[in-house]
Amino acid sequence: MLLEISDLSSHYGRILALKGIDLRIEQGELVALVGANGAGKTTLLRCLSGVQPLSGGAIRFDGADISRMSAEGRVAAGIAQVPEGRQVFGPLSVEDNLRLGAYRRRGKGVAADMERMYALFPILRDKRHLPAGTLSGGQQQMLAIARALMGAPRLLLLDEPSMGLAPLLVAEIFQTVQDLKRQGTTIFLVEQNATAALAIADRGYVLETGAVVMEGTGAELLADDKVQAAYLGL
Amino acid sequence: MFAEFLQYLFSGLTSGAIYALAGLGFAIIYNSSHVINFAQGEFIMIGGMATATMVAAGLPLPLAAVLAVVATMAVGVALEKFAVEPARGADVTAIVIITIGASIFLRGAAQVLWDKEFHALPAFSGDTPLRLAGATLMPQSLWVVGAAVVVIALLWWFFNRTLFGKAMLATSHNRLAAQLMGIPVRSVLVVAFALSAMLGAVGGIVVTPITFTNYEAGIMLGLKGFSAAVLGGLGSGAGAIVGGLLVGVAEALASGYLSSAYKDAIAFVIILFVLFFMPSGLFGKKGTDRV
Repeated sequence: MLLEISDLSSHYGRILALKGIDLRIEQGELVALVGANGAGKTTLLRCLSGVQPLSGGAIRFDGADISRMSAEGRVAAGIAQVPEGRQVFGPLSVEDNLRLGAYRRRGKGVAADMERMYALFPILRDKRHLPAGTLSGGQQQMLAIARALMGAPRLLLLDEPSMGLAPLLVAEIFQTVQDLKRQGTTIFLVEQNATAALAIADRGYVLETGAVVMEGTGAELLADDKVQAAYLGL
Repeated sequence: MFAEFLQYLFSGLTSGAIYALAGLGFAIIYNSSHVINFAQGEFIMIGGMATATMVAAGLPLPLAAVLAVVATMAVGVALEKFAVEPARGADVTAIVIITIGASIFLRGAAQVLWDKEFHALPAFSGDTPLRLAGATLMPQSLWVVGAAVVVIALLWWFFNRTLFGKAMLATSHNRLAAQLMGIPVRSVLVVAFALSAMLGAVGGIVVTPITFTNYEAGIMLGLKGFSAAVLGGLGSGAGAIVGGLLVGVAEALASGYLSSAYKDAIAFVIILFVLFFMPSGLFGKKGTDRV
């Protein structure tokens, strides 16, 4: 098992944001986490990346307890996150953004990976010397994904990659996510767009006001009446 | 007529270079933490005082200068570690007040460690003035401007050509994203204080042969550096440099053509003017961000 979360809870001040989360991700899986706005999806990803403290429970990554590990340590261990809203480094060039994605890595693999990213997203090669802030929303999302991949992650956390994008671009981003999975990347995908996320996921979890209320394969959850009523608008 | 103007210009550019270095110090710390470090002037004072003391004790000037820069950087790091870091998570205003407290503390410590007297350094390459189109230029002014140019070039190289420099820029733009890339954001703040201290110390060392220094020499220089940073647009490196030179030249012209009584007032008139009419300064970011 690559990631195992057990009985995790987290607070914002005195407000309990996550309670008793149990969740696991196997090597090579694409796992989706769906839920309404404010359910705690982003908070859970922040806990995984070490930028939001836990108030209880544990996170095990590849067998080791990382609950108290620094954010830098987790990146070095192989957990990379594509944050909600892309959050590229606007004033820096596209190439510098990619280079910073590999901040924790040393050695010559970095240049080869940069080429791989340009092959994956050719538009980034054309714009590599431009400030990232000048890219369109879809291009920034591609850059954010490529930047995280530059860290050669063993687990890729994707927070709302479809947010604010036109439908055509959403399809493209989800295609990219599927391609990455096919190439063997383990992916934890957090989405409000539950239909699209569950359709490509091996398994899924439904988060409601800070707790997991349902889990199953992507197909099971898509077919579930309650999920349909609550998240798919059917 | 023109010779007079040139004379004021030389004097303005010399002090302007010091203000530019101090303004850059403000900008670097502001960018990494949104804190305005009011102990910036004390870095200038410590650089000058430490060098003067070591030279008086018989050390060769280059060695004394290097040691003084290192000592000032150590003070900067200590300031971050023991005064700013423990208040992490506090309101920015609270941290700004902490830096004001730190500046008072550093002045007091300097008064105890040294004294209240003025300390001098000999000019680095003699006191024979150079004549230029009827105006005179002290060789030390060239040292001041030259040192500023070298330090600014090194900073440019650091922020644009090294991975850690780029990581610092990335952190100032988006701290959360920087953390998610594995950039050690706490070290970034420590390095920002060390760099700002270095800038202050270099300025303090090269200006001491011209102005002399004492335990409270940093107050005015720090405030002038602050007005340079505000005029240029807080957080803009180019802005701090241009702002510093403008403040220096403006006060030199004002004290030359009006009265030297107005010299110090000019910097503060500039702050007020900027805050009233162009709060984001010459090169500052406008208040909006593309989402």
